[in-house]
Parts: sequence; structure tokens; C-alpha cells
Amino acid sequence: MLLSIKDLSVSYGKNQALKNINLDIEPNTVTAIIGPSGCGKSTFLRSLNRLTELTPNTTTRGSINYKEHNIYEMDPMEVRYHIGMVFQKPNPFPKSIYENVAFGPKLNGYDNNLQEIVEESLKKADLWLEVKDRLKDNAYTLSGGQQQRLCIARSLAVKPDILLMDEPTSALDPLSTAKIEDLMTTLKEHYTIIIVTHNMQQAGRVADNVAFFLNGELIEYGSSEKIFTKPFDKRTEDYITGRFG
Amino acid sequence: MLRKINDNKERLIHIGLFLIAMISVLTTAGIIYTLISESIPFFQNVSLKEFLTGTRWAPLFQPQSFGVLPLLNGTFLVAGIAALIAIPLGLGSAIYLSEYAPEKVRKTIKPILEILAGIPTIVYGYFALSFITPIIKFLFPQANIFNALSAGIVVGIMIIPMVSSLSEDAMLAVPQSLREGAYALGATKFEVAIKVVVPAAFSGITSAFILGISRAIGETMIVTIAAGATPKMTLNPLDSIQTMTAYIVQVSLGDTPHGSIEHQTVYAVGLTLFVITLLMNILAQIISRRFREVYGNAR
Amino acid sequence: MHAKKMQQRKQKNHLFKNLSFFMTLITITVLFLLLYDVFKDGIGWLNWNFLTSYPSRFPEQAGIKSALVGSLWMISLTMPIAIPIGVMTAIYLEEYSPENRLTTFIRVNIANLAGVPSIVFGILGLTIFVRTLGLGRSVLAGSLTMALLILPIIIVASQEAIRSVPNSLRDASYALGATRWQTIRYTVLPASLPSILTGIILATSRAIGETAPLIMIGALTYIAFLPSGPLDSFTVLPIQIFNWTSRPNADFHGLAAAGIIVLLAVLLFLNTTAILLRNKYQRRLND
Repeated sequence: MLLSIKDLSVSYGKNQALKNINLDIEPNTVTAIIGPSGCGKSTFLRSLNRLTELTPNTTTRGSINYKEHNIYEMDPMEVRYHIGMVFQKPNPFPKSIYENVAFGPKLNGYDNNLQEIVEESLKKADLWLEVKDRLKDNAYTLSGGQQQRLCIARSLAVKPDILLMDEPTSALDPLSTAKIEDLMTTLKEHYTIIIVTHNMQQAGRVADNVAFFLNGELIEYGSSEKIFTKPFDKRTEDYITGRFG
Repeated sequence: MLRKINDNKERLIHIGLFLIAMISVLTTAGIIYTLISESIPFFQNVSLKEFLTGTRWAPLFQPQSFGVLPLLNGTFLVAGIAALIAIPLGLGSAIYLSEYAPEKVRKTIKPILEILAGIPTIVYGYFALSFITPIIKFLFPQANIFNALSAGIVVGIMIIPMVSSLSEDAMLAVPQSLREGAYALGATKFEVAIKVVVPAAFSGITSAFILGISRAIGETMIVTIAAGATPKMTLNPLDSIQTMTAYIVQVSLGDTPHGSIEHQTVYAVGLTLFVITLLMNILAQIISRRFREVYGNAR
Repeated sequence: MHAKKMQQRKQKNHLFKNLSFFMTLITITVLFLLLYDVFKDGIGWLNWNFLTSYPSRFPEQAGIKSALVGSLWMISLTMPIAIPIGVMTAIYLEEYSPENRLTTFIRVNIANLAGVPSIVFGILGLTIFVRTLGLGRSVLAGSLTMALLILPIIIVASQEAIRSVPNSLRDASYALGATRWQTIRYTVLPASLPSILTGIILATSRAIGETAPLIMIGALTYIAFLPSGPLDSFTVLPIQIFNWTSRPNADFHGLAAAGIIVLLAVLLFLNTTAILLRNKYQRRLND
């Protein structure tokens, strides 16, 4: 088991966003988190690399074990170093394409083979061919889809085990979306991916496993085939058939 | 019929308000007109070259001499010392307030900075002379009672709140998503602040620095009280110097007759001061507008 | 290697957090040092006599009566000039002005006017009000100068106040058939009044504390009488403080410090009012 979540509860002030979540993630899989907005799926994703802590007055209970270590007993920087994240809107730094990808490795003092790491990461994110002649250009000159792949390359450059993706295609056009979905399938060979999506078709296309959240609770978790064909819970069925949400 | 009366009334109000709004434009025009028209007779007697390149400023003594460089020297010496104080302290406290400080601490510190910003410069002048100068005299016995260092330090303190709050505004305008992007790569708060937030807010911060320095250049009472009245070419902060503003005060305190060349120097020096601060303010506006173009829509 | 690097980075972060906090602390400490310095020097000189006596060559007999009354005169002439012009300019810019080059020019001009050194306003006042208009070194000349100086502050504060009035309020008024002016007069202005007032109070405290422009127009004279009309000569509190500060005799420094205590007390009162007003208004908006 790569990631094992036990009795996870998260509250913002008095507002409880997640209630007693229990979930295990296998290595080299894509897990999709689905559910209506406000169901806690983003909070869940952000608690996996402790980004929830950036919000004041957040309390977290329970444990998340990454390779047998509770990440809430580890250093948050160390956690984020192993568990990377791609956000809903592309958020490249206002720096050159090269500097964006090199940002993470530089923090940890890799400076002899930076060029290699940048090239390798851009290749993995399927962006290398498009940008190899303009690495010094500002990242803001890229299109939205390219920016999002740049953000993926930026995350890959620190060589994480797990990649969290928070609705990574919701701000993109269908073509860019398709590219990123293809990318997830290839990345799965080396990484474990957890993706939040509100798009059921996307979950069906890319995910091995699906977790359905509702009102801060995990309602159902299973293989994507099972969830989409014969869900166990009535509420899951209602949601995926589009009866609410 | 009724509509029509209303329309006329509306138009009158519109025109009336427009005319009132033009008062601010008229003020600027008045400043420029006054400075230029009263400087013309001065420059008929003193060549622009002598004024801008001469290294001796002595309009009130014989033999008279009208080189403005010593006043510029004094002005920039004080502004430079002020910048050395205000830029690190202003930026440091802005980073603390925008990136590190818990909400409660922020809410305590911000009003204190506002109080500091509201203290009249005459009070700062008193503080310079009665508190900072004795410390400087104690540390450096060779220092003059009136010296550029004391005035520069206190002018620096005076502009800290301005530099700090403008820099903080610029940093708060950096989208939170950029910070999250950096945290997600395992960055520490320090790395997020120095490698992402400050570079992203760089033009906003630069514009804050320029406005702060421009304010230091135009500051009058602190330098009049603490920096002295001896215009000279020097980089020694322990020397007594004179700034452009302090010179203008000196002349207006004396009884030089209106229309004399001594009196005309006020306008020539005032024009120089006005042009320098105006250029800096415009530069700051251009830089900060560029900053807003990058992030204005992102939020 | 990685763990060691990580340790270093954490130390750096910790160090910088403390450093930036320390820098903030220095700034705050300076404020308290300043207050301490002024109180230590001045509190011994502060008594009823000090408030009710004219300036004098003898420190024991000197007071700030003429300066206090002069400041009051100056403010009560400055604000009635500056407030209507400032607020109406803001109304024009926010509610009436078409988006064209002239409007942009007015806006840029106001931003630049706010950055003009106060001594330059003094030069303007000396030339236009004292000489050209022949007002002499009078309260009126000083007040006109000061009104122009604080105009940008009032304009900008009023603009922000007016801008923060939600458009739904304007729409509601227009929907009842109100004209633009009626909408502004009965809807926009009342809604933005507390914020405008806050700006006005801050502008008042700026005017009370300003020294340089009034020195330029010649308010620094020995005044042993109270102005009885707007064309009388006058002095103000900051100038009296400046006068005492520039004397070598330490007793006069004590008087200057006592004058500063009075000045700061007035400003503190004004600023507290402004903050209370702002808080009350914000709470009302949040309800």
C-alpha cells in the first residue's frame, strides 16, 4: 500500500469539511475523486500533501500513512517533495519556462544536472518538442494547455511518487484536455495519480479506481468499472446518472 | 416638458462638477506657472550651465555663487541614507506582515504603522535633534551637531510605513495560487516569499521604493532642523549639509527682498525639486501600472 | 545529503522569519522611543499656564495660546474650502466623467499632485495668495494653501468611498425614476458618508501637522495676539514647535516637546475618531 488514509477528519474553524475518511491507494494507479461541489473532494486532495495547513484555523485528525510513515508526523516540506500537486488553474511562476521547471530541483540544491532534469521533465509532460527552442521565454507566453503541462513538468522535476491533480483540465479546451488525459495514462507507469474531477466521462476514461464523496463523507470506493456499472450505494448511482450535483 | 427641465438641470450640474474637478488641474498648472515664470528672471542672470554644474552654492554671501550641485548633493545624501534605512526595514516588515504574521499580530501591527505614518514631520525633526543626534555625537565625537546622518536616519524612519504598506499591497496582490504552486514543490515560507512572491511583486515593490525616496527628497522639516545649513559637496554623513528644501526654508525665514536675485533662487531651486520628484512619481506610476497589468486580471 | 540540505533550508526559513519580525519590531520600537523622548522632555512643561499663555522670551512664561487659536482658525477656514471641492471632484470622477483622455489626465494629475512636496505648495501660496492676490501673510492665505495641499487626500478618499457603494443601490434609485444627481444626493452620498468622513478627518490631521508650507507663506512670526479675522496674521502649533526647537536653549526644547504632546494628543483624538467611525461603518456593512 502506497498511501493509507485512516479516520481522516478536517475542519475549518467550526466547519467540518471531511468526516472519518478511510481509503487505501495502490501504487501506479489513477484514482479519481468525484462528487458534487462542496463535498470535500478538494479538501481531501489538499490534505494529502498538507496544503490544507495554509488555511488558518484548520484542524486535522486521523492519519495518512505514506510508505508506513504518518505524513502528519513528517516535515510538511518533505511530504510535498514526495507528493506533488497540479492545480485547477495553471499557475506557472512569472519566470522563464526553464526557471519554472528548475524551481523545485534548485530548492534542493541540484545544480550540476539541472539541464537534464528540465529536459527529462518537459519530455515526460509531453511539452519538450513545443518549447525546446524557447526555454528562456516567459511561461506566460504559453497557451493555457501548455501552461498546465508546464505545471505538470514542474511537479515531475522534483521526482515525486504521487501526483495530486485538482480538476487539472477544468480551465482548458477539449484538445488540451485530451492531451493531459493521455499524459495521465503514460505517467501512471512511474507515478501514482490522484485526480479530483467533476467530469464523470473523464473519471471513466482515466481512472482505475473511483471514490465518491458526499457532504464530507466517503460514500463509495471501488474500481472504476464497478462504480460506473453497478454502484453499491443508491446515492452514488443517483450522482453518476446525473440525478443531482 | 418636465423631463426637459430636469435635463437642463442635470447638464448644469455636470458642467459645474467638471469645473470644480478642474481646480486640481489648475493647481498643478499654477505650480508649474509660478515656478517657471519666477525662475525666468533668475536664469537671465545665471546661466543654466552655471546653475546645473557649479559646485558652490552661496547666493546669500559675497562673492555670490549659484551652483546647485551642493544642494543636490545634500538632498541625495539624506535621501540615500533614508533609503538605506527604509528599504530593508520597510520590505522586511512588509514580508513579515504579508507572509508570516498570524492575523492577530497583523491586526495589532498595522494600526501602529498607521500612527507612525500620521506623525507630523516637525515631531520627527524634534526626535532627530533631541534623540538621534546625541547618540551619533556619542558614537562619533567628530560629528557635527547638525549632520546628514541624523536627518537621513529619521527621514528613513518617517518613510518606512509608506514603503512597507505599498510593498505589502503589491505582495498581497500576488495570486495565492502562485504561493500554493511553490509550497506544493516543497518550498519553505522563506523560499516562497523570496523566490516567488517578491519577484512576482517586484515592479510594485520598486514603485514603492521610488515613491518613498521621492518623499524623502521633498521632506523639509526634519532636514531643516537636523541636517544643517551649510551647502557642500561631501559624502561624509557626519558633515553638516543643506538640502534643497532646507535652503528654501532658510531664504523664506530671512528677509531677502522680493524681486532680488537671492529671492529668485527659491523658485529655481523649487523648480529643480519639483521636476525631480515629479519624474520619480511618474516613473513609479508607470512601473506600478505595468505590475497591475500582469496581476490585475488574475485575481 | 538531502536531509542535511533540508535542515539548512528549514534553518534559513526560521532565521528569516525571526529577522523579518525583528525588522518590524525595530519600526515599532522607534515609535515608542519617539513618544518616550517627547514625554520625558516635555511633560514637566505641560500645565494650564502653558496652554493659556502667549509665547515669551522667558521659557517659564511661554505658552501656546496664540498657536492653538491660530491652528483652530486655519483649520476652520481650510476645511470648508477643501471638503466641497474634494468631494465634488470625486463625485465628478466617479459618477459623471466620461472615459476619455481628459478624465485620465485629471486622474493622473491628482496622483501627481499628491506627490508634490509640501514646500512647493508653500511656494505656490506665497506667490499667488500672499502676493498676487494681495492677501498678505494672513490666515486666509495659509488656509487656501493648505486646502490645495490636502485636496488630493480628500479626493482619493472620497473616490474610494463612492466606488465602494454597490451598483445595486444606484439601480434601485434609477428604477424609481430618480435623476443622476438625485441618485447621488439621496443614495450614493449617504451610503458613502462615513468613509468620506474618515478621509476628511485624516486630511484634517495632515493639515494640523503641516509646517513647511506655512513657514513659506510667513506664518513664523512672534505673535502675541489672537487673529480676529481671516486677514490677520497668525501662527500655528507646528510652527511654534519649530521655533522653539531651533533655539539652542534646552528649556525651549522642553517647551517644544510640551507643544508636541499637545499636537499629538489632538491628532490621536482625531485618528481615534476616524478609526472608530471606520469600524462602526464596517460592522454595519457586515450585518
